[in-house]
Amino acid sequence: MSTRPLAENLPVTSEHAWFLLREMLRIRRFEEKAAEMYSLGKIHGFLHLYIGEEATGVGSMQTFTPEDSIVTTYREHGHALARGMPARELMAEMFGKVTGCSRGHGGSMHFFDVRRRFFGGYAIVGGGMPIAVGLALADRMQNRPAITACYFGDGAVAEGEFHESLNLAALWKLPIVFLCENNQYAMGTALARHQAQTDISRKAAAYGLDSNAVDGMDVVAAEAAAREAAAFVRSGKGPFLLELRTYRFRAHSMADPDLYRTKEEIAEWRKRDPVVLFENRLREWGILTDEKLAALEAEVEAEIADAVRFAEESPREPVEDLLKDVCGPVPS
Amino acid sequence: MTRMTYREAMRAALRKALRDDPRVFLMGEDVGRYGGAFAVSLGLLGEFGPERIRDTPLSESAFVGAGIGAALGGMHPIVEIMTINFSMLALDQILNNAAALRHMSGGQLRVPMVVRVATGAGRQLAAQHSHSLEGWYAHIPGIRVLAPATVADAYGMLLAALREPDPVFIFEHATLYPLEGEVEEQAPLPDINRAAIVRAGGDATLITYGGSLGKTLAAGNQLAREGLEAEVIDLRSLRPLDTETVVESVRKTHRAVVVDEAWRTGSFSAEVSAQIMENAFDDLDAPVARVCSAEVPMPYARHLEEAALPKVEEIVVAARELVPRHG
Repeated sequence: MSTRPLAENLPVTSEHAWFLLREMLRIRRFEEKAAEMYSLGKIHGFLHLYIGEEATGVGSMQTFTPEDSIVTTYREHGHALARGMPARELMAEMFGKVTGCSRGHGGSMHFFDVRRRFFGGYAIVGGGMPIAVGLALADRMQNRPAITACYFGDGAVAEGEFHESLNLAALWKLPIVFLCENNQYAMGTALARHQAQTDISRKAAAYGLDSNAVDGMDVVAAEAAAREAAAFVRSGKGPFLLELRTYRFRAHSMADPDLYRTKEEIAEWRKRDPVVLFENRLREWGILTDEKLAALEAEVEAEIADAVRFAEESPREPVEDLLKDVCGPVPS
Repeated sequence: MTRMTYREAMRAALRKALRDDPRVFLMGEDVGRYGGAFAVSLGLLGEFGPERIRDTPLSESAFVGAGIGAALGGMHPIVEIMTINFSMLALDQILNNAAALRHMSGGQLRVPMVVRVATGAGRQLAAQHSHSLEGWYAHIPGIRVLAPATVADAYGMLLAALREPDPVFIFEHATLYPLEGEVEEQAPLPDINRAAIVRAGGDATLITYGGSLGKTLAAGNQLAREGLEAEVIDLRSLRPLDTETVVESVRKTHRAVVVDEAWRTGSFSAEVSAQIMENAFDDLDAPVARVCSAEVPMPYARHLEEAALPKVEEIVVAARELVPRHG
């Protein structure tokens, strides 16, 4: 007990540490519930779980303000929750209900919330990146101090849009943080099997971007690195590439039999489960007890249960509205 | 009324849009210092500066996607794609994002963006700069597809497109840029939902758009000398398609020829033909005829390119064959 650091020496305040744990747990339990609902036939289509990657999304999201824009991928439940989108609207979206964040038009892969400047989950790998560049350009051209967070995976670095977007953002010195959540697999293809240069952060140099790589299983490290990256971008020095090295514990999607990696490899990474890792640190710091954790779990469980109830009870969009919002009326 | 070329009309409309709305900017390959591959934006860089006349790298996907993002962020971009064959490199952004975002987001997002694309053959540019793929774009719900065939429409349609809350694609046939015509700059914005009857007649309906309008009108004049009065319709907009104007004319003439520079198979002419069949079958006195390009990647040699493209004489023959006394 005498080795415990004093509260003022912790890398984060105990209040903030508690918040980070809570956010990661919300995502973990939300994803577990989503998988369960998929198995029960309540959720259909593709469902890509974020379990194992919670520290990257939760840590990095802390640095973005409500004025900043978020662009992400089809594995975006964690980002949406960390951005403050209500679990209710996300679950309802996956249930295909009109109360969903995209009125049931998008499903798991296409969450949107324009009020929170959450500009979506993009399911063509790399496809969101040019859009993020454009959002940053719009901020620049309208003299807004906001920046754009562009999340993508390691698979996206094989796409031309990754290279085009990094170059364009650097050429125009746009305020954008590129966040590569490297979970080691492009669907089922390991990084070393699709990239000659497996150090993704080094690719930035070719386009004149500054970059960094961080342990994505450590939420505190992820947050600190993202804050540093965002501060660089906010200071007007141009875009920044941050690689967050992580691992997805579950299969690529619910349809994936996970035949391309070994159980030993998964077990090895699970030893560094970002939620467990952080719980252990909080215990070391003396700010987490079994009772407090149980209370937190109960609180999270209640939120998720409420989301499922809301999704169940919500109406579906009337079929008569099928063609609504394909095109809009001309503004007067 | 001012007399100007199609190119100058497009430039005048760009200048007006840039002056009237600070959200408008132009971006694309060589639109700035070079002045545009077809000299449409020549001089605009000096007038509006590099922030609003924005040269891009040769990254069609990135700069079209950036246009979408800028539109989401409150700007009103005009994106120029040098030729329609290059637009294939941006098709992912166009189909999967620009066209889909409003609906996919449950109506939250809108993408007010105009994309200008040079299209068509006739300049011996061979198989990677000459095709007419606008019909592919007309297949996509969520966007508008315009094909100005006249100088007045080159001017008016761009300004009308900027009033739309959704992505609008303007396909400019590259042989039209030197075309001269009258522009009434103070005229109200044209209705971009409607086709135009550019020649009245009661014996057959010739339906076309964009770069084929000139040939079709020439065919109409030749037919008139032979005593066959053709009605010529300029579709103007491929999406939405003004089926009503087409069907009304066919009900009157009972015969139709569709002229389309695209390849015949799966082309926009097939859609027009199907619409006539679905809506005016009982009014037809003959099957709908089509005059399209030969199904070949566009060759370079002039005689081969000419052989591949629709010709005035082919339109004349197609129309003549529909009318018993002329067949």
